[in-house]
Formats: sequence, C-alpha cells, structure tokens
Amino acid sequence: MNAPHIAVQAQGLTRKFGDFVAVDHLSFQVATGEIFGFLGPNGSGKTTTIRMLLGLMAPTQGSAHVLGIDIAKKPEAIARRVGYMSQKFSLYPDLTADENLSFYGRAYGLRGGQLTRRKDEVLELIGLSQRRHQLTANLAGGWQQRLALAAAILHQPELLFLDEPTAGVDPVSRRTFWRLLYELAAKKTTIFVTTHYMDEAEQCHRLAFIHRGKLIAMGPPSTIKQERMPGDVVEIICQQPQAGVRALREAGFADVALYGRRIHIADKALAPRLAEIQHLLHQAGAQPHTVRIIPPSLEDVFIANVREGNQTS
Amino acid sequence: MNAIHTHNLCRSFGKTHAVQNLTLDIEPGAVFGLIGPDGAGKTTTLRMLAGVLRPDAGRAQVLAHDVIKNPEALRSKIGYMPQQFSLYGDLSVLENLQFFAQIYRIPRAQQDERIARLLKFAQLTQFSHRPAAKLSGGMKKKLGLACALIHNPQLLLLDEPTNGVDPVSRREFWDILSDLHLQGVTILISTPYMDEAERCTQVGLMFRGQLIRQGQPETLRLLAPGQMLVLYTSNLARAETLLPQFPHYLSHQRYGDRLHLFVPDANQAMPQLRSFLQRHQLPIETLYQDEPRLEEAFIHLIRQARQEEPA
Repeated sequence: MNAPHIAVQAQGLTRKFGDFVAVDHLSFQVATGEIFGFLGPNGSGKTTTIRMLLGLMAPTQGSAHVLGIDIAKKPEAIARRVGYMSQKFSLYPDLTADENLSFYGRAYGLRGGQLTRRKDEVLELIGLSQRRHQLTANLAGGWQQRLALAAAILHQPELLFLDEPTAGVDPVSRRTFWRLLYELAAKKTTIFVTTHYMDEAEQCHRLAFIHRGKLIAMGPPSTIKQERMPGDVVEIICQQPQAGVRALREAGFADVALYGRRIHIADKALAPRLAEIQHLLHQAGAQPHTVRIIPPSLEDVFIANVREGNQTS
Repeated sequence: MNAIHTHNLCRSFGKTHAVQNLTLDIEPGAVFGLIGPDGAGKTTTLRMLAGVLRPDAGRAQVLAHDVIKNPEALRSKIGYMPQQFSLYGDLSVLENLQFFAQIYRIPRAQQDERIARLLKFAQLTQFSHRPAAKLSGGMKKKLGLACALIHNPQLLLLDEPTNGVDPVSRREFWDILSDLHLQGVTILISTPYMDEAERCTQVGLMFRGQLIRQGQPETLRLLAPGQMLVLYTSNLARAETLLPQFPHYLSHQRYGDRLHLFVPDANQAMPQLRSFLQRHQLPIETLYQDEPRLEEAFIHLIRQARQEEPA
C-alpha cells in the first residue's frame, strides 16, 4: 500500500489503557531519509507511539505502516529492519566496546565475517576504533551514547527510533552525535527522534508536537516558529529588572520571565502594547532602554502551545 | 563580601584532578550558571561548596564561613540539591516537607505556615497527599527544591536540577528560581542546557577542573568565532559541501532546515555569498545576519581548549 519514499505512515493511531487515552488519533507521515522530531511533555504519549511503531504494542484503534509493513498484521517483521535506542541505553558496562557490539550483532543474526565487517564500519563511523577494547564502563558519557547508537545500527536498519538519546549529555557531545545522525540520514536512513532539548529539535527536518496524545503542530522548525506562536514575545532590557518584573506581574501580564538581566513576556497581542509596557516600566522605576518584539524561540512556541492545549481541554 | 569566594581550590580522586586551582567569586543575589562538558568538575565544585566534600588544597568561603574549618555553620544557611537527591517515595509530598522541617529544626509553630507557602510556591498544593514516588519527574524536582528551601536559605546550590525534565516543567522550575532571585537569594546552578544558562545573570565555563571563562550570557555569546549568517536553501546538503570553498568561510553548523555560517564580517560576506551561491546554481531562499547563541560560543571555547591541551 505504501509508497517507497514513505518510511512511516500513521492513520488515526490510538492506544488506550483502560479509560486513559495515551495516544489519540495520531496521523502523520515520515519520508525516507528524513529526521523527524517527535516532541511532547513527559507523559504525552511519545514512548507509547514508538512502542506501537516498533510492533511491540498493538493499537486500540487506527493503523500504521512502518517500512510498508502493517504493524497490526506483521509486527514481527519490523524488528529486523528498524533500530532502536532508548533513553536508558542498555550497554553492558563490564564488557568492552567490541564485546558489546558482538553481543548486539549476534542478537540481530550477524555472524562471522559479516559481523566483523559491520563492527569495523560502525566503530569507524563513531570514531572509536582505537579504543574498541576498553571497558564500556570506563568510556565517557558521550562515547557510551555513540556506542549505543553504533549497536542500534549494526544490522543496517532502514529506520532508526531514538527515544531521548542524548539526555544528560553535554552540548559538545550532543553536537557530535547529531553529526552522525546527519551522516546516516544522508545515506537514506530515516530517523525518528524524541528529545527535550530544543536546540536539538531545531536540527530536525520536521517536527511534530504532541500533547495528551494528540498532534498539536507539525512542520519544519522555522515554519512552526513563524506560524504557530499564539501571541508575541517582548524582550525588555532595563536597569532594574527586578522592579520591572514586579510591575509587569502586578499589571497582570501572564508569562513574565527573567533571562539574566533581560525580561521576556510571552502573551497574546503584545505588539500594540509596547508603548504601554514602556510607560509602565518607567513608572515603576525600572529604567527601560529597550522594549522590542523578538522572534519566539522554539521553546516559547512549544510551551505556549502546550499551555493553550491545557486550557482548552 | 561575596557570597562565594574560592582561591586555588583543588580536589582529586586518585589520579583524576577533578577540580584544579579553581578561583571563583560570586556576588550576593547572582544567579550563577556553571556550565562545561561532562567531567569538567561541576559536581565536585558544588559538593565542596556545600561542605559535604573536603577540598585537598586551596580556600573556599561560603557566606563568610570557611567550608573546610567550619562546614557545620554553613548548613543552616544554604540549600543544596544534589543530582541524585532522595525523597521518601512512600511518604506524601506534605510528609516529605515535614520531615525536612524536622531535620532543620524548624520550630513547630512556624512549620505549617512555611510548608503551606512552599507548596503554593512550587505549585504542589493540590498534590499534598500524593506519595512522592507517584509524582511526575518535573514535580519530583519541584518537591526536591521545596525541601531544600524549608529553612529559608540565603544561598542555593543546585546540581543539574532539571536533567531529563520536559521543557514545560523546566520553565516552571525556572520561574520559581526567578522568584527566589527577586527575593534576593543567591543561586549557583549547574546545567547542561544552554537555554537555561541564558537565564543566569553570570555564567562560568568549566573545563578540566578550571574556570576558563566567566561573564554575562550576552557577553559570552559574542565569543563565538566571527559573525553569524543564517542561510535557507532548498539543497542544504549541497550547500554544506560548497561552503568550505567560500573565501570568507570560518565554520558552519547544520540545522534541520537551515545552515548557520560563521564569517569574519557579515556585511562584507553577504553580497559575496549571494554571488558565490549563484555561480554554483544554488538558489537562496533566505539569507540574514543573526546573533550567535550561547551554545555556539560554548562549543567553540571547548574545542579551542581541547586543542590547546598538551597531547
């Protein structure tokens, strides 16, 4: 049924646990070779969706095709063609890097010369060839994470699911990790990734925001930032930010946040109120010298959409 | 007098020099963000300043107390939230707070009022009777913070308090920190999130046990090499292979739907980049100059520090 350039297609995908609807009629497509970011607060249904797409859990309603395979009809056919790396990646700390790869390679049915060749290739890709005989426990966090990625791609999956792969890893290691993802995507591996880091979300080709199991926004990061902010963000630079925050909150502005010495307000229809804000800050003795509209960050948009979703449900 | 002052502070574990000659000054009322790659010494620094780990050498004064000679005097004045803090999972939110109130010997008469205020502050009032084990990740962190605040400390030491927490909960956590900042509490926080570092009044970058840069986030951001151009084009992969041949090229960073290109002078490079890409038949959708983010500067400074290291 599926066109070859579509790696994942979900149609009204739904999963209930008793009365609780964890995933609520999700419909989306992921193109082959795309890096697709799947974002949502904790408990929004991300992991449940991944479990269904991996063929580990049957949907209550709706359907999905993964690499053309119907997840309800042939879930066991999916495992060999996809890779999966979870938040708590399960490497054996008391095995060497090489031994961990052998273990996972055999589990995927690789043997002999083929296993050796693939191990060499993935170690080369992540830059760990020199240290393949080190104990995994002695590798730094960023290396362990790249090794877990190597283990997940040993069997050359066409589609890779990464569930918060970089939680707790520093920015330099995260950037190295993403360079690897781009290399994989360039070779037409499709990547389906969840993350809580908005800077990483910006590295995805396309994003989906989900909240309470429902899709609330989808598109390239820049399009989402331009089109999905339900209001404006105002940045204020002033001499007395503390006085400024107090005055703005007393005046009833909802989302007033301090960024170092700058103040950000995110609220509906702020653009026509700049003069009013300036006046208010003067009166409060905050001594503002800049009051301007700034483009929202992806985080601003994400939070505004989730809060709006909370109000309407 | 500074809230925190250290001079040549050192601590090793076996052969690993976790913190080496750290000299750090933090003003009262600051929100000081400690950033750096894994293993830079952030956690060891916080543990020494909290008085739970003895330095090998150097001096450290926290709220005018010597952490080596007089760690006990500190306890009542600081709130410390380690990375792995312990809540009692089978006790309710309220009982956890009552327990901490007893440890800190808060007089009975004050306990109820203070706990009610902290519950409201951390937006946990409606969950007072829920067992801590049944809270979401973000709520656990807020409860951990509330427990660290039970004795009204003047200084908070927070070790990556928002790890693994989603963006909405992180923003709520930071709104609480902003309120504490407005009340005059000094905060020292370590974080792997650069967007959080942007919410600090001062940021210190640690590398291999030392502080290699310190400043306001707006100033540190400008340490990214050169000026930044943002390029949107239909063929990013091709742009990525072409750009290193562009005469003004310093470095670039790929994003999902655009490239960030660093050049020495944006005004000079922009028209030349247009004709360069035109010559290679690569249509530009959008091209503009933007301010680099703190992350760009962070990565640049760490890579530079790694190159300067003796092999």
